[in-house]
Amino acid sequence: MTYFPEEVVEHIFDFLGSHRDRNAVSTVCKAWYHVERFSRRNVFVGNCYAIRPERVMARFPGMKSLSVKGKPHFADYNLVPYDWGGFALPWINAAVRRCPGLEDLRLKRMVVTDDDLDLLARSFPNFRSLVLVSCEGFSTDGLAAIATYCRGLRELDLQENEVEDHGRQWLSCFHESCTSLVSLNFACLKGEVNAGVLERLVARCPNLRSLKLNRAVSVESLNEIVARAPYLVDLGTGSFAVDHHTDAYQRLMNSFSKCKSLSSLSGFWEASPHCLDAVYPVCINLTVLNMSYAPAIQADDLIKLISLCFKLQKLWVLDCIGDKGLAVVASTCKELQELRVFPSDIYGAGATSVTEEGLVAISSGCPKLNSLLYFCYQMTNAALITVAKNCPHFTRFRLCILDPWKPDPVTNQPLDEGFGAIVRSCKNLRRLSLSGLLTDQVFLYIGLYAKCLEMLSIAFAGDSDKGMVYILKGCKNLRKLEIRDCPFGDFALLNDVAKYETMRSLWMSSCDVTLGGCKALAAKMPRLNVEIINESEGSDKLEENISDLHKAEKMYVYRTVAGPRNDAPDFVWTL
Amino acid sequence: MEEEFTRGEGRPRLLDLVPNGRDWGSYAAAEEKKLELRLGLPGGEDWPAGQEKREHPVESVLSLGHISKVPKSTNVNASSGTKRGFLGQVEPKTEGILIDYMTFQQQQLQQPQLGFLQLQAKGKESLQKTSGSAEQQSLEGKGCGPHAAHASSTKNAAVAHTTSQSRRAAATPVVGWPPVRSFRMNLAGTAAKASAESQNGSSEGAKKLENDRKSLFVKINVDGIPIGRKVDLKAYDSYDKLSLAVDELFRGLMAAQVDPLAPSTRKNSEEKDVLVGLLDGSGEYTLVYEDDEGDRMLVGDVPWDSSSQKGGNQIIVWNILILLLPLITCSMFVSMAKRLRVLKSSELSASSVSSFFV
Repeated sequence: MTYFPEEVVEHIFDFLGSHRDRNAVSTVCKAWYHVERFSRRNVFVGNCYAIRPERVMARFPGMKSLSVKGKPHFADYNLVPYDWGGFALPWINAAVRRCPGLEDLRLKRMVVTDDDLDLLARSFPNFRSLVLVSCEGFSTDGLAAIATYCRGLRELDLQENEVEDHGRQWLSCFHESCTSLVSLNFACLKGEVNAGVLERLVARCPNLRSLKLNRAVSVESLNEIVARAPYLVDLGTGSFAVDHHTDAYQRLMNSFSKCKSLSSLSGFWEASPHCLDAVYPVCINLTVLNMSYAPAIQADDLIKLISLCFKLQKLWVLDCIGDKGLAVVASTCKELQELRVFPSDIYGAGATSVTEEGLVAISSGCPKLNSLLYFCYQMTNAALITVAKNCPHFTRFRLCILDPWKPDPVTNQPLDEGFGAIVRSCKNLRRLSLSGLLTDQVFLYIGLYAKCLEMLSIAFAGDSDKGMVYILKGCKNLRKLEIRDCPFGDFALLNDVAKYETMRSLWMSSCDVTLGGCKALAAKMPRLNVEIINESEGSDKLEENISDLHKAEKMYVYRTVAGPRNDAPDFVWTL
Repeated sequence: MEEEFTRGEGRPRLLDLVPNGRDWGSYAAAEEKKLELRLGLPGGEDWPAGQEKREHPVESVLSLGHISKVPKSTNVNASSGTKRGFLGQVEPKTEGILIDYMTFQQQQLQQPQLGFLQLQAKGKESLQKTSGSAEQQSLEGKGCGPHAAHASSTKNAAVAHTTSQSRRAAATPVVGWPPVRSFRMNLAGTAAKASAESQNGSSEGAKKLENDRKSLFVKINVDGIPIGRKVDLKAYDSYDKLSLAVDELFRGLMAAQVDPLAPSTRKNSEEKDVLVGLLDGSGEYTLVYEDDEGDRMLVGDVPWDSSSQKGGNQIIVWNILILLLPLITCSMFVSMAKRLRVLKSSELSASSVSSFFV
């Protein structure tokens, strides 16, 4: 292989899509390392603090597409303070200096300011695609800058970000000559956009295939848009509040019937009953349906809609669909691969919600199911065992029983056996989230059987340090471990410190690890950053006074070649 | 932040009970006592900052009688009926489940104490189910063997165990649980009122849905601090409480700020309570809100609660722009404020605060 000219090797490497494969070939020999690094176009950085941006740009000078992740996953649930870190600016700055040919940028859980977006917009003439997922710190002013200066922009995808609305008509900033948009998603924005501007933008972008509107877009506007863009593949409706007796509704139904390519629907922020009928013409082709933002839709309307969606592969719903609705899904959607059932009434035992029955029905009706996120109030071991038997192809299995420590209501046993069956049966399981009453036994099973597991989320589970030790010893491919409110302490933490260098990160909050234990870990492993988040008052002054026996309320450990970070706020101590 | 959530004392006791035969019967009794053992209540960072007692009955964390706890009896019947149906469907094709049930039964028999109590608890649960006792009997028969249920005998044991449960889970809502993002938390709770929407127009219905939300997180920014916070307006019933909460929220951040202004302001920043006088205009900062028309308004002009006349309260001059979406009829202020902002009082004249010039 080393006798091949570099161009040939490079051409062979072009067939390697995944980052892991490219990382692997680059370690074979120096020659391959050099070929690979000059030919890599897509760079993925799973933890923005694991490496300095300059080093990344220096290694991959041909980088065209960059994807960076910032905060730990539990930041989604308000466990990480706002100003913890994850700033986009160092990455954008480094790219400005070293990779001005940057075309795509994707950021997840990072802090992005309007100035950052402005800099981004002005610095990369070939910029095509900006995807921001769960980010914050910017406003519509930043979006205006992107719209103004990114002339060839093809994709602007804002997913579940916190965006301040400064009222600026950012959408108007798209130049009249901008006709290149392929994908536009501003569903997370709260403010209004000018309907006329939006409609004209849609009309002049013939390649537009994915459009996700926000709640403020009216049905009339939606009608205009759908009428002008019949080639849409992916649509997020705006509010969808329409009285089905009106002409507007009829027009809407007509428009939808012309959308032959539409295969993905979401939105329905304020949908009234019967208005879903307008969407029936497209159901037959739908592969993706997201009704999880529509608490107003009754189960019956939902069921009527879904019973037409034979080709559905991905379904996100609220639990008001009920077990009955899930049975309909099971009998209709034989191609279903991903199901997410979100809670619709968190504050009390829902009058309608889903139970283990619904899950069992889905598992027996949808054999291709491989990804699940399921919120419910109860689950039984028997049901989980059945599910495991019916669906051995799970790659992602996330079950959240809303009451912590809740046992199997039928047998009053912990759910160890149920989850044990899941990991035993699903050999390709990569991601698992546990809930309910669980003892150390479940961790024994996971360590024993879940050999492909990469990400594990644990809450309110386990009896002793043994649980965590089983996990760390058994799961060879573990990359991310996040634990909250479990009785795991220093013994488990320090049992195998070298393991953490094989993982991306470890999060432990409200467990039994002490400051002393964390310090010991930091001392033994210089290539880990051991960060303690201490949110009590005057925390920056008291570090010397807190004894090592004090419990570390929140600890985040990650491997890094960049050393301790220099942008940590006062309440974050890097040991 | 989570130190309120005590795990220390009660937890080892609970775990010790697992191998020794946990008294499961306690949970059904516990819910009758309506102890605040529930942990699955609204998360969100402002929860510890002053949530009042919840209106709805709180269920035991480890409640066995989850089904029976549902207020509407129809649902109880439905769920117990469907439960039976599940077992009925499952039986023909999966002997494995029954075998697994048997395994569980054997495990319980190995720990006779646990088994006995579990059966009793099962009986207790069935007693609590409203009607359809025949269904219950068959359910019991299929699943768990004979039961000799006497609810009263479990109650004593239940009480003793309940207290240890309650110590661990004592009425403290858990931050970040359930693991659902904030915007979904705000969405949740409107589903239960979905029926209202079918009567009104859709937009009114949506507003009504929002009215019945149990929490409303809105953004609040303080001038000079780049990072904002979120505050749950529904957690408060007066401007004073809101102002206290805002003070607490930002105290740490204010103290961390280096104050570049004149010595007079620096002196203020050294004090512990930097955010006093927000309501009456006497402090360094003022509270302002932004209403749904986009105008900035001084906080305090409208009574917090439209139902009770609180006009006598001091005018609360908080510059808080509350990012509120829908109107909430139960609180006038909460319904009008879209966003909160805390501005420096010295800058008030420069900003366009509508009522300031009146």
